[in-house]
Amino acid sequence: MSPEALLAIVGMAAVTYAIRAGGYLLATRLPETGFIASWMKHLPGAVLAALVAHAITAGGTAEALAAAAVAILYLVTRNLFAAMAGGVLAVYLVRLALGG
Amino acid sequence: MRIPSLPGPFWLGLRMFVPIAISIAAYGVVWGVLAGQAGMSVLEVALMSGLVYAGASQFVVLEMWTPGQLPIVSIVVAAAIVNLRVLLMTATLRPLAGHLPLPRALAVMFLVSDEPWALTMGEVRKGRGSLAFLVGAGVLCWASWMVSTLVGRVLGAFIDDPTRYGLDFAFTATFLALLLGMWKGRGDLVPWIAGGLIAIVTARLVEGNWYIVAGGLGGSLAGAVFDHFAGRRETRDVA
Repeated sequence: MSPEALLAIVGMAAVTYAIRAGGYLLATRLPETGFIASWMKHLPGAVLAALVAHAITAGGTAEALAAAAVAILYLVTRNLFAAMAGGVLAVYLVRLALGG
Repeated sequence: MRIPSLPGPFWLGLRMFVPIAISIAAYGVVWGVLAGQAGMSVLEVALMSGLVYAGASQFVVLEMWTPGQLPIVSIVVAAAIVNLRVLLMTATLRPLAGHLPLPRALAVMFLVSDEPWALTMGEVRKGRGSLAFLVGAGVLCWASWMVSTLVGRVLGAFIDDPTRYGLDFAFTATFLALLLGMWKGRGDLVPWIAGGLIAIVTARLVEGNWYIVAGGLGGSLAGAVFDHFAGRRETRDVA
């Protein structure tokens, strides 16, 4: 393992544990509702939306079509595996069809 | 799988967590396969799952995991941003752990993640939740995450040249499915659309992976601003 990888993992471990411990220590001072609480609750969704939006716009037709297939599959099956496998198959087939 | 029905809240928490652990293991296998594709070694997977133990953060940093030139700062910042919501969870555990010496209570906080916390708080409302219950659920959650991510990493090694099969798209597909699974209502539209647009623009203007942090921070702020004004309008309507 490279020192960079170790540093990245230890850094991640430190910040995620600091957050877990920090919430407990700051308990009485943290708001349960209101602006800050709603901001923190929206963070994971916004980060994933950022990842997906960039990946789809940076890709081509195959990626856009496959993303639509993933969305439909997930909404129908509610299954992460099915959606992922279907998306991979869709992008493979469309690339094959487009000769990409 | 049969878990002996031993008495006590620790075992109750562990037993009640079994069905959730199975679905966590499914996510864990997917993460392990993707981690292998991103070039993460088995040891790195074990260290990250064991020490970081935060599914959403681990999924997001995979996108940035480029061995040889790891963007360490953006990896750590992104992991923190995705995990920040846990502050609100451990804050609610003060009444459950208040009787413990502080170091013991802080050690238990390591086991807190979305699912064990949600299950415990649900039981607290019924009068059965306790810190030992949380520890039981948390221990099983940690173990299922650790084992399943390693299984995924080892299984993924049998797949060669991922792009040939379209497996490079597995990242995007997984993120999209995870995102759709987070849908709670129309209040999510604003942060998601804002986060996506900010990411697209930032990726054009700034080199590297900062579009993830920019979209996440900007989108969630937009969502909070929207909630703030939408909530205000509602209270005015009621009044």
